[in-house]
Amino acid sequence: MADAAVKLTKKDFESDQDVRWCPGCGDYAILSAVQKALPELGIPRERHVFIAGIGCSSRFPYYMNTYGFHTIHGRAPTIATGVKVANPELCVWVISGDGDGLSIGGNHMLHVLRRNVDLNIILFNNEIYGLTKGQYSPTSKVGTVTKSSPFGSQDYPVNPLAFALGAGATWYGRTIDRDIKHMTGMVQKAPQHHGTSLLEVLQNCIVFNDGVYGDLYDAKTKKDHILYLEDGQPMIFGTEDQYALVLENYGLKVVDRDQVDDSDIVVHDVRNRELAFLLSELERPVPVGVIYDRERAVYEDQVHELEQQVIEANAPGDLAAVLRSGTTWTVS
Amino acid sequence: MTEPASASQRPIKQLNKVIIRFAGDSGDGIQVLGTLFSTETAMAGTDLSTLPNYPAEIRAPAGTTYGVSSFQIQFGSTEIFTPGDHVDTLVAFNPAALKVHLPDLKPGGILIVNTGAFDRKNLEKAGYETNPLEDEELNLRDRYRLLTVDISGQVARALEDSELSFKEKERAKNFWALGLISWLYHRPIEPTIEWNNKKFGKRPAIAEANVTALKAGYYFGETIEALHETYDIAPASLPPGEYRAITGNVGLCYGLIAAAQKAGKHLHYCSYPITPASDILHELSRHKAFGVRTLQMEDEIAAIGAAIGASYAGQLAVTGTSGPGLALKSEALGLAVIAELPLVVIDVQRGGPSTGLPTKTEQADLLQAMFGRNGESPVVVLAASSPSDAYECAFEAVKIAIEHMVPVVLLSDAYIANGSEPWLIPDPEALPEIHAPHPPAVRDADAAFQPYARDDRTLARPWAVPGMPGYEHRIGGLEKQDGTGNVSYDPDNHEKMTRLRAEKVERVANDLPPTEIFGDPEGDELVIGWGSTFGAIRAAVAARRADGHKISHVHLRYINPLPNDLGDIIARFKKVLVPEINGGQLSMLLRSRYLVDIQGFDRVRGMPLLQEDIEHAIEQLLEGN
Repeated sequence: MADAAVKLTKKDFESDQDVRWCPGCGDYAILSAVQKALPELGIPRERHVFIAGIGCSSRFPYYMNTYGFHTIHGRAPTIATGVKVANPELCVWVISGDGDGLSIGGNHMLHVLRRNVDLNIILFNNEIYGLTKGQYSPTSKVGTVTKSSPFGSQDYPVNPLAFALGAGATWYGRTIDRDIKHMTGMVQKAPQHHGTSLLEVLQNCIVFNDGVYGDLYDAKTKKDHILYLEDGQPMIFGTEDQYALVLENYGLKVVDRDQVDDSDIVVHDVRNRELAFLLSELERPVPVGVIYDRERAVYEDQVHELEQQVIEANAPGDLAAVLRSGTTWTVS
Repeated sequence: MTEPASASQRPIKQLNKVIIRFAGDSGDGIQVLGTLFSTETAMAGTDLSTLPNYPAEIRAPAGTTYGVSSFQIQFGSTEIFTPGDHVDTLVAFNPAALKVHLPDLKPGGILIVNTGAFDRKNLEKAGYETNPLEDEELNLRDRYRLLTVDISGQVARALEDSELSFKEKERAKNFWALGLISWLYHRPIEPTIEWNNKKFGKRPAIAEANVTALKAGYYFGETIEALHETYDIAPASLPPGEYRAITGNVGLCYGLIAAAQKAGKHLHYCSYPITPASDILHELSRHKAFGVRTLQMEDEIAAIGAAIGASYAGQLAVTGTSGPGLALKSEALGLAVIAELPLVVIDVQRGGPSTGLPTKTEQADLLQAMFGRNGESPVVVLAASSPSDAYECAFEAVKIAIEHMVPVVLLSDAYIANGSEPWLIPDPEALPEIHAPHPPAVRDADAAFQPYARDDRTLARPWAVPGMPGYEHRIGGLEKQDGTGNVSYDPDNHEKMTRLRAEKVERVANDLPPTEIFGDPEGDELVIGWGSTFGAIRAAVAARRADGHKISHVHLRYINPLPNDLGDIIARFKKVLVPEINGGQLSMLLRSRYLVDIQGFDRVRGMPLLQEDIEHAIEQLLEGN
């Protein structure tokens, strides 16, 4: 897909439309990271397609100077599937949020992941409904006080990572809107995976859920709360790398690094699905980076390969002959 | 098959047309029997029309009245428009079938009953307290020409030497009955033998058993005295050429494939299984050699979503469903309206509301197709009138969708979908080209690209697809500024765009052919129909005209927009009758459009309209009642 002749800049990906998110919204950072990441991919601009559902995040395509389609609530994965099957040469992005992607569109998220369509899904997770002005979302923690839950929400939240793994996801990454460098890197990694890439961005809604990821933002403490994953590297974190993760009782346990032998520290393996499930259960620290990455047959490849096989085996279809197939008779 | 000499010893009576109904348990192979008989008589050169009718349950409890499956056929040496109203011959495989279908048998008609299934258990299940065959009050023997025969026993004897299991042998009884009826009506059984050899090539024992049963039934006719004459029906004077049988669902598929070829595109058929539309998905999934891509999606919404995506990416996109599925697709269909993308949505209607009558026919989705979306959301609406018309309609739906950049809803129904008729095989090459309004591959560098610029004649916007350099643009469900396609909340722009979208649909009428009138261009009464009621209305109008009445028939393929000449046509008649299988939906549209006092004739029985009922309604309106 890469084309060496193309050299684009961030500016090439900025559309002429005014960006209309709230001042201070995390979405600005994500937009900027994507616009920065795209020139590095070497894919001509006309081959990028951004498809979004409904919600604050889903206005995203209007701000990208690429092909874009702002569709309907929750259905972006279905439309993106149609686009990718129709033209596998395109680099197709799906922009969604926790409400769009995991509530109204949860069914489509499940099926696009199991089919493994080669799409790059960016899921803006702010644990709140922003565009409808502040109701709890399917990722809000129990007890979240919102306009529709003045006494605290009661629904148990969905775990996006565990959900995706259960659905058969082949690539899952997580990043944080306040860490532009990490986020830009993750946006570049997602399209390298052949199959569905699901990139969860922990994103702050400054108006309705400000500070939901406060621990991850505070410059003094954030390193004590974030686990930066690297394939093949031991799981160590903390302001002074003073914590480590070890296996205990079929789970990951945080320990003081000096209490354990280095060989007991879990080493990240992006191909290990069981490990990815263990990481999905981790509340503190929050794992970010590529959590899971494994190749599996890609839906649209199979569709096109089968079509080619049939055409090669039978020659292209002859409609006049098909119309005469089966029992016919002549009236003279 | 060469007929034994003895056949000629019985008088052969010539008939113009005959209506036969086969009825039995849903496991009795009634649909196969009906289909094969249709082929036999088609190959003998008659015209025909069929009505398969089966329960929604895959295997309803055996012997019950609600588990009865039936197949009706009318065939004849004149043009046949419908499967017929009342039947000349009824073949009942069990008591439940007799109970359900006896009321439709003409007085003095031939009644063939399989006594092998008339045990106490089956009688009870059918709700008979006594055996109807021996019931003096019911008096079947005097009211009908009754032939009682233990088909199960006859088949068992014929297959004594077969290695098949008892159950497998039992399954051949539909072939035995087919043999008997083929003998009675002088239909050739060779097509059935050929079908068996092909179908069961890998299990010759089954093919052999079926053919043995078929022949046993055929020769059985020779030995009985209850039927003292046989019947022959001369070939019809159909236009010359090569024919085949076609069902509506298969007709749609061929029309779509033809359209994809003429448009130079891959057909993307995205669907979710639903009765009675699933056969479209089944048929198209076999045709990958044409570059047809069938996507069985996770639900109805995903199906139309994937179709919209394929359309956006520049391919031919079609989604197919029935009424409940169309309801689920309505929001996405609105997206296609505002995004102004070509899309064909097929609705094979069935009885509603909700799950309704999944296997029965109805025309009650017309207003849903017209208006079943939020906002002012006009789409083109076409309706197929018969299985062979489905081929042409599918092609035309695609042509309109692509050339006008507009979603098209194509209405079919369960009766068209499953019914079959002889089809003079058309030449797909003779179809017109379909011109997609793609902008030039290289963009004019001097002017900014306007995704909502409009064609002067059609108002279609350019179909710039992802991958084309220089045409990068954004579309979506938010209101668009005319021309630029930018998001716009401007009140005047919204008014303008709302009217443009409506006008774009209205302008489709400029491309339509003049409306065809059956009968005189003016008169006392005009009967207007749409969809699968075509045959019944045409037959009724023809019959009344033969009696000297000044009645004409117009059958609408184009419902939105209506043909430009329809208002003038209506004005030339004193009265207008609109028969439909719904509560009067087309009547409502025509009344509001033309301010004419249209008389509706509405029936919602899940069944096609009867010719005699339409004739009666025509009479009544003529008489001023």
